[in-house]
Amino acid sequence: MTITGGIAEADAASATMEVEAYKRLYPLQFYERHLDSDVRPDGRPLTRARPTSVNLGSIATADGSALVKIGNTTMLAGVKLEVITPSTASPNQGQVAVDFQMPSICSPLVRPGRPAEAAWVVSEQLSNALVSSNFVNLQQLCIVPGKAAWIAYVDVYCLDADGSLLDAALLAAVAALTHLQLPAVKVTETGRVVPLKNHNGDAGQEVDSIAKKNEDQIVKSRQRLERSSMPIALTCVSHRKHLLADPSAEEESILQMSLTVIMDTSGRLISFYKPGGAVAATSATVKDCIELTKKRVAEVNSIFEEAYEEACGTEMMVE
Amino acid sequence: MVMAKVEVGAAPSLNVAERADGRSASQLRPLSLSRGLLTRAHGSATWSQENTTVLAAVYGPKPAAMKKENAERAIIEVVWRAKSGLSGSYEKDAEVVVRRSLEYIILTALHPNTAISVILQVINDDGSLLACAMNAACAALVDAGIPLNGLLSAVSCGVTHDGQVFLDPTKPEEQKCKAYVSFVFPSRRLSAVPELPADVDGEPVEYGILTSVTRGAMEVEEYFSCVENCRAAAAKVSEFSRSSIEQSLKGNRDGC
Repeated sequence: MTITGGIAEADAASATMEVEAYKRLYPLQFYERHLDSDVRPDGRPLTRARPTSVNLGSIATADGSALVKIGNTTMLAGVKLEVITPSTASPNQGQVAVDFQMPSICSPLVRPGRPAEAAWVVSEQLSNALVSSNFVNLQQLCIVPGKAAWIAYVDVYCLDADGSLLDAALLAAVAALTHLQLPAVKVTETGRVVPLKNHNGDAGQEVDSIAKKNEDQIVKSRQRLERSSMPIALTCVSHRKHLLADPSAEEESILQMSLTVIMDTSGRLISFYKPGGAVAATSATVKDCIELTKKRVAEVNSIFEEAYEEACGTEMMVE
Repeated sequence: MVMAKVEVGAAPSLNVAERADGRSASQLRPLSLSRGLLTRAHGSATWSQENTTVLAAVYGPKPAAMKKENAERAIIEVVWRAKSGLSGSYEKDAEVVVRRSLEYIILTALHPNTAISVILQVINDDGSLLACAMNAACAALVDAGIPLNGLLSAVSCGVTHDGQVFLDPTKPEEQKCKAYVSFVFPSRRLSAVPELPADVDGEPVEYGILTSVTRGAMEVEEYFSCVENCRAAAAKVSEFSRSSIEQSLKGNRDGC
């Protein structure tokens, strides 16, 4: 590699120093020299995201769950359902409650006790993305209008925080909600919601038989949530004229300007979140970020469809 | 725990041509700024956009807490106090947004090992709250005499269901519209600082988007139209805060 950029002192040092030591002493120069040759220290081209994997149904006890990995960043999401009385303002809607946790296992920067600042930010942006994109049809969560509805508690746990937390957390939350199955229930005359027995998918027959036997008893069969266009996030960091997609924790800490774009599979812009930073984004940067996000949405969507097919495709056929 | 509630159903349509307060789509509400209201604070300011009012106080540079101290620069702390109730994820997120935006203008390297605290108290929220708070924080920093490399101007705008963009939404308008966005732009620099480039990638500095926070979904073109509209309005906001500072400085001189 040819020596370009960096301060004179760093340049002089680089001739004699070992790579590890140089990286520690001059982290910014270390990165700049990589970026100038259009490559990142982990071998990725600047605009490529890390390998992404989605695994649906990782938690057997949850109603819906997903484990998502983007590079080393790992998020585990679970959805738990409870029956509530819907609010009087919206009697025919259920609710979705999102919670994001960063336990101290995920990063050396997180201490046990009060939630880290990053956890609040991701939590707020995560619920904003789910609300703004209308990903969940809340009317589908209604069991009996005005009487009973589902509340879906979406809990996202960060197991390994290696940058681009919102991207992974959103993908995990969306995947878990897609994997979610509303259980088959019947509503008794007293208004209680009782689950129907479920032996290897024969709940469907039971639903039918009860519905035939007792016409006025309300029965809901097991169902997945309607699939609507999925919000997908991409975090970018920028340094001078370079734009890097999907930064690792190290890149986020060294290169100071980061922003997150969320778009859905139908091309709408769900969120453009840039919380200040050392540099203001030019129009060209904004356009580039949106273009990169469009590509990323297509990429993640195909990864997700594959995972969905694998986890739920066969199940659908049995039913 | 964050409750994410969505109102589904026929949203009442919002007519930009007939806004409730008679403004046009590209009109801001009357701005007002008063500084130096608090006696114990090193600097303070209230910024109001009609019924949206935020009081900001600045303390510092003061000794930083041991574990937060930075030997190379001053650290900035932002506390966001809601009008009522405990602070949740909205407030924490707003604190981060304000802090990281202020880091852009504060010359933190001048005061190593110290802390600068900015306390924002929401007095009333009638829409465009984040923009109002950001402007208040910037005015309070000026009042405190913290060395800055420029000013910020914050503006927000809404997008109606038929894709029209209107500036400075009120609370009812925010609830009725499809999406709304808050922007922070660096103000145009009047004094020529030789070492700073006037343009970034062929664009003036004040065109750069320092901060962008959106609510609701919109088309990409609508977002760009928001950027254009807010950029134009930001110039007016910056002009207003600059003339207000100049006036009060003149007042001080006359008083002496």
